[in-house]
Amino acid sequence: METALSVLVGLFLATAFYLMLSKKIIRILLGVAVMGNGVNLLIFTSGRLTRELPPIIATDAYVLPPGAANALPQALILTAIVISFSFFAFLLVLAFRAYQDLGTDDTDAMRFAEPVVDDGPPQGY
Amino acid sequence: MAAPDPNAPAVDIAAAMVTAPSTFADWLLILPVAVPLLTGAILVMVRHHTHLHRPLAGAGLAILLGLNLLLLQRVVTEGPVTMMMGGWLPPFGIAFTADVLGATFATTAAFAALVATATAGPSINTAERRYGFYPFLMLLMTGVTGAFLTGDIFNLYVWFEVLLISSFGLLVLGSEKRQIDGTVKYGILNLVATTLFLASVGLLYGTLGTLNMADIAAKARAAGPEAPLVTIAALLTFAFAMKAAAFPLNFWLPASYHTPTPTVSALFAGLLTKVGVYALLKVGVLLLGNQTGAFSSVLVVVAGSTMVIGALGALAGSDLRRILGWLVISGIGSMLIGVAVGTPTALTGSIFYAVQSMLVMTALYLAAGVIEARCGTGDLRRLGGLYAVSPLFAGVVLVLFFAVAGLPPFSGFWPKAILVEATLAADLPWLAAAVLVAGFLQTLAVGRVWLYAFWRGGPEGTPDGTLQLAGIGRIEDPADRIALVGPVVVLAGAVVLMGLVPTVVGGLAEDSARGLIDPAGFTARVLGATAP
Repeated sequence: METALSVLVGLFLATAFYLMLSKKIIRILLGVAVMGNGVNLLIFTSGRLTRELPPIIATDAYVLPPGAANALPQALILTAIVISFSFFAFLLVLAFRAYQDLGTDDTDAMRFAEPVVDDGPPQGY
Repeated sequence: MAAPDPNAPAVDIAAAMVTAPSTFADWLLILPVAVPLLTGAILVMVRHHTHLHRPLAGAGLAILLGLNLLLLQRVVTEGPVTMMMGGWLPPFGIAFTADVLGATFATTAAFAALVATATAGPSINTAERRYGFYPFLMLLMTGVTGAFLTGDIFNLYVWFEVLLISSFGLLVLGSEKRQIDGTVKYGILNLVATTLFLASVGLLYGTLGTLNMADIAAKARAAGPEAPLVTIAALLTFAFAMKAAAFPLNFWLPASYHTPTPTVSALFAGLLTKVGVYALLKVGVLLLGNQTGAFSSVLVVVAGSTMVIGALGALAGSDLRRILGWLVISGIGSMLIGVAVGTPTALTGSIFYAVQSMLVMTALYLAAGVIEARCGTGDLRRLGGLYAVSPLFAGVVLVLFFAVAGLPPFSGFWPKAILVEATLAADLPWLAAAVLVAGFLQTLAVGRVWLYAFWRGGPEGTPDGTLQLAGIGRIEDPADRIALVGPVVVLAGAVVLMGLVPTVVGGLAEDSARGLIDPAGFTARVLGATAP
């Protein structure tokens, strides 16, 4: 099961990096979203996968029975989902605003912060 | 699952929980996070009353600085202080752990932020206040302080995200074209870096089964430089180097740091990349020191090239604040030497450099703000004659320039001297040469800026020997003048003091370095009796 999920994580991340290599902001953002999901799946996989043994400690024991599900990665993923979703929402709005204001979604054409200067360095002390 | 048995023995809480109540003194550890968070929340509530923002934020930052100083004093005398959230016994639950390194960085950050925020009165307009400059600022400080004081690696990720989302807000505050452009690049690259950090935290948890920093340190030292951990250490180093703007992952910084208002630029330059450096020091040396050592030769090359490329970028620039951005990058190279070399002397030099760089870079961006306010531009082609108008200010900026280039007797000199000594002692003559060459190039770069902006008689085209000062305005309101120039002078004063009396910060850096190299004290304090 871990092996299958690891391969899936690899596919997710490969897709994400392929998309992020694009020049178009919207593709990069899709890549970021896929990458976030891939990483969530990675945390899930690295936290031991088991079936049908909920993480409940019996009254006479102090630790979980061996092979019980691990609840911690799910808590981590929940945190990561909330954070990455809010970031994704912010970046989507930012990209839309950039498209409206800058008139382009091509990162090569976004030269407002770093304008191309033709007239050379300053001269003369 | 069976229903609870009423006759079962009573559960022994002490086996899993800290039963002793926390003393009031221990609250000192959590207050530096709680105070800015609360102030930020209050500021959001009163967001329409913009006249309240400045005093509230100022008070919050002043209290934060006071608390950090108290915490630093306690950490220096007693060693690392730790507190478990929710009372779980370590290594379970989220730990907050302040060591000398974290407390020193948090104190310096609070000081830089307090001083830089004094300039916000004249430089942040009412619209930007309405959009939430001060709430964002306080939440940024929450994230920065939290990152410096946490003792849990997943919690570190959460604080990174807190400071990141606040920095997005601050960066795009004016909604100008270039700010939107800068934020797109800054936002995407930083988000990718934190996601990689998250991925490596997941892998680290899968390998060691713990998220507590002290527990990771103990288990990773025992494990030695083996396959999965070295890969994880490399991935973490990659993520933090991206946040710290180390070459070749530095290009987002000069694309974004010059776009917001000077106050925001100054805060970012002073605080944000240093959080990346802090994470590198903490994770790369304290937690996974054994594993990072496996690829230290790569880090040596990264540190050296970051220094030299940053200085070359500064030398080639023609926009004041973009040049400063390259100087930030060049400084990051010096701070990476500690991680790359890993000896106590090198770490001392790196930490010392990071602390003084927080103040110097904040001051330089604020000074650039003053120049832009007076001349209406930061373009070196159109600057000139500032020395003739205000020689005192020119002198203060020259002090800061000397400090950033590492000339004695200012604050940048001592850490660079320590770093050269450390790299030579570690038999890395090329790295020592890189420190000196980068210092030489930085001197040329800042000298060039000073000659253009201050020394020559006017903008480009002014004939030699004549003065053309028409383009230089005055800051009319005396209160605004104090608010804009005062912080530069205060920070320059701190820089001079640090250069003349290097023992205070040097001692703190030495303490921090010792704590990083040998995690025994740290782990013993956090894990207590449960330590192996």
